[in-house]
This record gives sequence, structure tokens and C-alpha cells, in this order.
Amino acid sequence: MFAQEFVRTAFLAGTAIALACGLVGYFVVLRAQVFAGDALSHVAFTGALAAAAAGVDTRIGLFAGTILLALILGGLGDSSRADDVTIGIVFVWILGLGVFFLALFSAGAGGGNGLLGARTLFGSIFGLSPADGRLAAIIGAGVAAAVLAIARPLLFASVDPGTASARGVPVRALGLMLLALLGATTAEATQAIGALLLLGLVAAPAGAAQRLTPNPYLALLLSAGLAVVSTWVGLTLSYLIPQLPPSSAIIAVASAIYLLAFLVTTDARLRVSRLLVRGVTEPRN
Amino acid sequence: MPASPSLSLDLVSDFQQLTAYPFMVNALEAGAIVAVMASVVGWFMVLRRESFAGHTLSLMAFPGATGALLIGLPAAAGYFTFCGASALVIGASAGSGARGHRSEESAVTGAVQAFGLACGLLFLSLYQGVLSSYENLLFGDFLGISRGQVVTLGIVAALTLAFFAVAGRPLLFASVDEPVARASGVPARTLALAFLLVLGLAVAATAQITGVLLVFAVLVAPPATAQLITARIGWSLALTVLLSLVITWVGLGLAYFYNYPVGFYITTVAFSVYVIVRVARGVIDHPTLLRFGATMDGRS
Repeated sequence: MFAQEFVRTAFLAGTAIALACGLVGYFVVLRAQVFAGDALSHVAFTGALAAAAAGVDTRIGLFAGTILLALILGGLGDSSRADDVTIGIVFVWILGLGVFFLALFSAGAGGGNGLLGARTLFGSIFGLSPADGRLAAIIGAGVAAAVLAIARPLLFASVDPGTASARGVPVRALGLMLLALLGATTAEATQAIGALLLLGLVAAPAGAAQRLTPNPYLALLLSAGLAVVSTWVGLTLSYLIPQLPPSSAIIAVASAIYLLAFLVTTDARLRVSRLLVRGVTEPRN
Repeated sequence: MPASPSLSLDLVSDFQQLTAYPFMVNALEAGAIVAVMASVVGWFMVLRRESFAGHTLSLMAFPGATGALLIGLPAAAGYFTFCGASALVIGASAGSGARGHRSEESAVTGAVQAFGLACGLLFLSLYQGVLSSYENLLFGDFLGISRGQVVTLGIVAALTLAFFAVAGRPLLFASVDEPVARASGVPARTLALAFLLVLGLAVAATAQITGVLLVFAVLVAPPATAQLITARIGWSLALTVLLSLVITWVGLGLAYFYNYPVGFYITTVAFSVYVIVRVARGVIDHPTLLRFGATMDGRS
């Protein structure tokens, strides 16, 4: 299977993208900002179609759109998780604009629109050219390195913002940086697994890691590891079963891992709490 | 479509043009039903800060529709099944974690959303039909609304409003102050689950008109705007319904006269109304802010 060029490209790009999604995703889940990630991922759709309607490279639209919105969301409220209504209203309007650009683009291009729309929404990781794949790998690795570089202060700022800012940690700037990195990640992942589906690769591995271990650094690495494993397994599955779209397979594996983590930890927690209750209620003598 | 429907200053002739064709009458009626139902549900959704769950439920209409297409059922059945089922999953798993665990809840919702959409893509690729039809699923198609759909919508809306007539008061209590509501015997958990289920059904109905991706415009913008204008419950509910009706009809009318997608018009009208009200609110509340050039009010 690795004899084919497109498979190697898909694995290369997929691994880097999964790494970035897993690392950024951990902080996004920790800070309960998945909704912001959702908004950013949908905005990638508008960015790509606006670029297509204007006749420039879709990647420019992707990155400009998502990073711009990330900064807007970060600027609108210092705790952007509080204002989910603002996020919702802003991004639904931007989606509406995306529809408008789709109509504009299809009027101009005469019918070739279905392909671009579908590729933006659902990704086409097996369709990446080797050059695209290398670029995706470099950007993914860059985002991952940036997250690791700010991991320590960001963790402090996420868990206890009050104490962190008293100690001189730039809480606000770190939050903005995370959102910008999330924007870059979504723009990158849109090309591979699509604007509608990439949320799964951000949320599911991170959610699973957070359930499996209380140690934040371990969880951070576990989240990245689970994202990469989901991508590899998903790509292999979809290579073996041609009817299965690669994006669906990757997200299905990631969701299955999350479900497994959910079941395992819920059971363990119940058992522990039962033991505790028994220890308290049964008199020891 | 008439040869060239054109907007004029004469409102009567505009209205006659708008209602000249049965499909447009159907669309306007369906739009009105959806506007009333979605805005009441959305009002509670905004109050309970469950926008993310609402958005996720609306996206679940996509796998519902494609799945129904695949096995040859009417699309509406798929919409309601998928939206209802995922409402139960989100409600059950969000409630099972420790209370106040918002990060867990948002991870569950995100995972459910992505998984549902992945299923939708799988169904679509298994169906191997014309791929271009997915756009209508996602972004709405108000031209194809049948009489039967309007009747179904009416029934769902009646059920939804009946739910709020019965459970609205305790739900409001539980949404505003959950611990006190629990202490005085309101079954808050059951109500939360029931609300998510109603939200799922309402969203499934709405998605058939506005498209899966744009349900949110009707669901979140009118209540958010109304809650900016007034804090009184009765007024803001009434205002929500009114705003929603106006937004939907203006959006449909614009889409009829100018040939761009209806979703674009509805979202744009909704967004402009919200921005205008928010800026006005900021100016009224903090007139001094203008001197510093800031127009957003400092709520967060």
C-alpha cells in the first residue's frame, strides 16, 4: 500500500495534521472552547470559497479567514467561552456568506462548483499532491512545535487564570495565541479532512486523553498520540475499503476511541466510588 | 418563477407578486411556522447557554437526511430520528459527568457532531447519487416545499409549543437557578433532557427549510437580539417571535426577488438586526463610551 505515492503523501500530511489537531485540541477541550473551534472550522469553508470566487489560491482564503476570525473571537470577550451567543451569531452569518460565494463562484465557473464545495466541506486527503502534502506537513509540524513551546504557561493560564495573571503570565495574549494556532490548524486540516469533520480530530482524542489521565503533560501527549493513531487506522481502513471515505474513517476511529475511553473510565469511577462508599458506611472493627 | 419578478415601492404589488405562486405561499407559511417554533425553542436555548448543543443537533439533520435517502425512507423520518437520538446521547453523557464539567460536555458535543457528519458523508458516498444535491441539504431549498411538509411542520410546532405550555415555567426556573429549583422539587435533570429532545425535533423540522447549516440563524439571533432589548420574560419572548417572523419573511422575499440563496439573506438580515441592536444598546447604556470611540458594550 505504501508503494503508491498518494498514500505516502496522505500519511505524511495526515500525521502532521493529526499531531497539530491533537496538541491544540487538548487545550481547546481543557478551556471548553470547542464551540470556538467549531466556528473556526466552518469559517474555513467561507474562506476557501471566497478565495475561489476571487480567483486566488484557496489556501490563502483558508488561512486568512480562520486566523482573522480567531483574532476577532479572542478580541470580542476576554473569556470567549462565556459568549457562545456571539460566536454563534457571527459564524452563522459567515456561513451564510459562504453560501453566497458558492453561488457566485458557481455562476462564474459554470457547474464546476460541486467539486470544490464538496472538497472544502469533506476534505480530500488522498487527492493531495506531493507538494501540498509536504507543505501541510511543514505547517502541521510548525503548529505542533509552537503549542509545545507555550504549553507550560498556557496550561497555567488555562487552569487558574487569576493566579497566573498575578504571577505575570500574559493570560490574554496566550488565549489569543491559542485561538490563532487553532485557526491555522483548522485551515490546514480543512484540506485533508474537511471543514465539517475536522472538529472530531480536535475534540475526540483530547476528550479521551482527558478522561484517561489526570496528568496534563501525559494527557497532552496522549491526545496527540490518539489523533495520530486515529488518522493512521482511518487511512488504512479507507484504503482497504474503497467505499469508505477517508475523512469518515478517521473521524469514526477517533469517535470510537473516545467512546471506549468514556466507557472504561465511567466504569472504573463507579467501582472506585462504590468502594469508597462501602469503606465509609461499613463499620470497621 | 415569473419572467422577472421585480421589487417596487408599491408594497401591495410586491405582496401580490410574492404570493402569485403556490410554492411561494407554501414557503412563506412554512417559514412562519418555523420562525415561531424555532424562536421559542431558541429563546430557552440562549437562556440555558446551550448554543453549541443546538448547533450540533441541527447538523445531525445531515446524516439523518442522507441516511434516509440511502435506505429509501422519507427524508423527514431520518431528520427526526437522527436529531432525536443525538439529543438523547448528548443529554445523557453530559449529565453523567461531574456537575459543572463544561470541558467534558463540550468535548462530548464536538465528538458527537463530527461522528454524525462523518456518518452523513459515508451515507452520501454509499448512495452514489448526484453529489450536487448535498448543497440543498446543507443550505436549504425553499422552492421545493410541499403541502404535506407544511402540515408536518405545523404538527411538530404544535407539539413543541404544547411542551412549553406545560413545562415552560419549571424549565425557566431550572434554567435560571438550578440548585434552588432542584431543592424545591423541580426535576431539573429530566427537564434538561426533555428540552434537548424538543430542541432536536424543532431543529430537525427547521433544517428542512433553512438547510442544516443555517438553522442557527433563526434559532439564536432573534432570542439574543430580544434579550438585549428587554429583560422582561414575556416581552422578550414576544419580541423574539416577532423578530424571527420578520427575519424569515424578509429573507424569503429577498431570495424571491434577487437570485441568491435564501440562507444568505436570512443570515445576513438576522446578523444586521443583531449588530444594530447591540450597538444601539451600547450607546444607550454607556453614552460616554462614544467619546472614546468604542461602540461595543462591555458585557461579557
